[in-house]
Amino acid sequence: MIADAVIEAHGLTKTYGSAVAVDHISFSVGRGEIFGLLGPNGAGKTTTILMMLGLTEISEGDVRVLGFNPAREPLSVKRRVGYLPDTVGFYDNLTAADNLRYTARLIGFRAMEREKRIAAALDRVGLAEFADKRVDTFSRGMRQRLGLAEIVMKGAQIAILDEPTSGLDPHATAELLGIIRGFKTEGVSVLLSSHLLERVQSVCDRVALFHAGRIALMGSVPDLGRQVLGGGYVVDIEADGVGLPERLALIPGVSGVEKTGIGKLRLHADRDVRPEAAAEVVAMQGRLKYLGVQEPSLEAIYTRYFEAKPEQGAQERTRHAA
Amino acid sequence: MQREGSAFSGLGVVMLKELSDHLTSIRMRVLEWLVVLIALAALYGAIQQIKDTTAEDPFLFLRLFTTSRDPLPSFVSFLSFLVPLMAIGLGFDAVNGEHNRRTLSRILSQPIYRDALLFGKFLAGLVTLAISLIALWLLVVGLGLLLIGIPPGAEEIARSFVFLLVTIVYAGVWLALALLFSVVFRSAATAALITLGLWLLVTFIWPVLSGALAQIFIPPDPRYTALGLQTPATAQLEQILARFSPSTLYAEIVVALLDPTTRALGPIYLSQLQGAVLGAPLPFGESVLIAWPQMVGMIATAIVLFVIGYVIFQRQEVRA
Ligand SMILES: Nc1ncnc2c1ncn2[C@@H]1O[C@H](COP(=O)(O)OP(=O)(O)O)[C@@H](O)[C@H]1O
Ligand SMILES: [Mg+2]
Repeated sequence: MIADAVIEAHGLTKTYGSAVAVDHISFSVGRGEIFGLLGPNGAGKTTTILMMLGLTEISEGDVRVLGFNPAREPLSVKRRVGYLPDTVGFYDNLTAADNLRYTARLIGFRAMEREKRIAAALDRVGLAEFADKRVDTFSRGMRQRLGLAEIVMKGAQIAILDEPTSGLDPHATAELLGIIRGFKTEGVSVLLSSHLLERVQSVCDRVALFHAGRIALMGSVPDLGRQVLGGGYVVDIEADGVGLPERLALIPGVSGVEKTGIGKLRLHADRDVRPEAAAEVVAMQGRLKYLGVQEPSLEAIYTRYFEAKPEQGAQERTRHAA
Repeated sequence: MQREGSAFSGLGVVMLKELSDHLTSIRMRVLEWLVVLIALAALYGAIQQIKDTTAEDPFLFLRLFTTSRDPLPSFVSFLSFLVPLMAIGLGFDAVNGEHNRRTLSRILSQPIYRDALLFGKFLAGLVTLAISLIALWLLVVGLGLLLIGIPPGAEEIARSFVFLLVTIVYAGVWLALALLFSVVFRSAATAALITLGLWLLVTFIWPVLSGALAQIFIPPDPRYTALGLQTPATAQLEQILARFSPSTLYAEIVVALLDPTTRALGPIYLSQLQGAVLGAPLPFGESVLIAWPQMVGMIATAIVLFVIGYVIFQRQEVRA
């Protein structure tokens, strides 16, 4: 468990009648960390989030958010946590600023502070010039950003984002992920959920891979990659030079060299061998055109993990693919 | 389990927002104009009728509310018809609208309880209705003063004012019902249709139905039937059944308040008539007393409907 945890869940469980939506999950989120709850639709991510906010009853287990119990002290939790629901909605007949004003009044900010916070928040997400535009003219991406502005305005210590990038085009996704990274630099802890693993893997410090109400895997993406994909880095090089493959193969830790095209090589190694590889190319007076290390893909990790355990993976994967 | 903080923090904020939504909404504009036009028509009919009948009437002012002239119904009949429509119009999409706009979970993730949201919406609706009804009442009083030219007496003002309050409560009953269905049904159209259906049932069909049901449970005594009279037991049951409808309660209160000669609601017993000059008006206090149980019943109905909606809303899933 993490020393400075802002969210701690132990054996958290939610049942609907006889159906188990969330099944005894335990995890913790550290301060300033971006934590991803990832997994296919119906895996239990949203239910977990609603329990953390006290918006749905907890069937079993326990969760603490900033030390508060959301079932008993929902107001303390909700005062400190910002929530962006799956497909967030606003009052279409109001302007962006008026929507935030309503929330700010609900939170209890006084007029002066309210206006200051709203202006700063809209500016922060790049909506300053749309402050007085009605929300019904907003695109999906702008609504998501307005949702993030609400969290900024609130001054939340934790941002809980449910499927923040779903339905966004690549450009809007990149913008949104940029704002989320910004949260981290401001010391806001982020918990985000997504069913699109590769979309968000780049921003997450650690992820929990959900599967049918349970956490199947948890850790940082490179760790999970080593754990599930059998370890190993893949380094791609584009360079010329006679006998380069042979020399690269001699670098300690490299287990194989593969030709992937004209002047293109792929190294398999048990560590990041980019410095040594670059040195070899330079030593041969070759021209280095490209050098990169492949991040293990979460998609690959997820697929590989459940291939190894077909008895529980098969059904879920087909649902995911659909 | 003790809940943290006040259940009503945020109540005022929700109420003010909903109120401003109502007052600026096109829906409310249309309803208001409808009510004003119809009220004017009814009032005009009543004044024509009053001018035609030259008989002395100590309660001329109250006749403004109750007199009708063919083909128009009286002001009161119009109102008893329109008030539920207005209330339903304001409430049918209160909660499911938030669901469908996907604003509910966002709002409920702010530091407020669900209590504040639901109660704030109810209060905003009630205040909106009250504002409209008070404006309408002032319109009637003002026009009456102008067109008949006789200022109303203190008692007439008191009676018509209590009538105004009762009408607001009546609106509250239908608002609470509309709010309840807006919690239960996710689709606003379904909620509106079902609330309207229930209103039709309770207002127009139930009075007939309660007569039929009473006759089934207590078949009329042929001795009374032969005389062309209602069997007392059957009539009594019919009345008990009819009073399950808030429309019946409202109609009874209105009769007691606006027609001072009303000595009792429902079948009149001999004891009530003893010592009374038939047709002599009752004092204001006694008229209120006659209708008191009905008033309490109506307030209770509104509260019960609201509480049912509240309980369902508390346990409802917020996700879309
Ligand atoms: N109100 C409900 N009643 C019954 N089952 C539900 C309800 N809400 C969610 N579920 C079930 O709980 C499971 C988890 O859902 P959810 O948390 O929304 O998944 P995710 O957010 O990961 O897509 C799903 O199988 C879903 O069908
Ligand atoms: Mg979800």
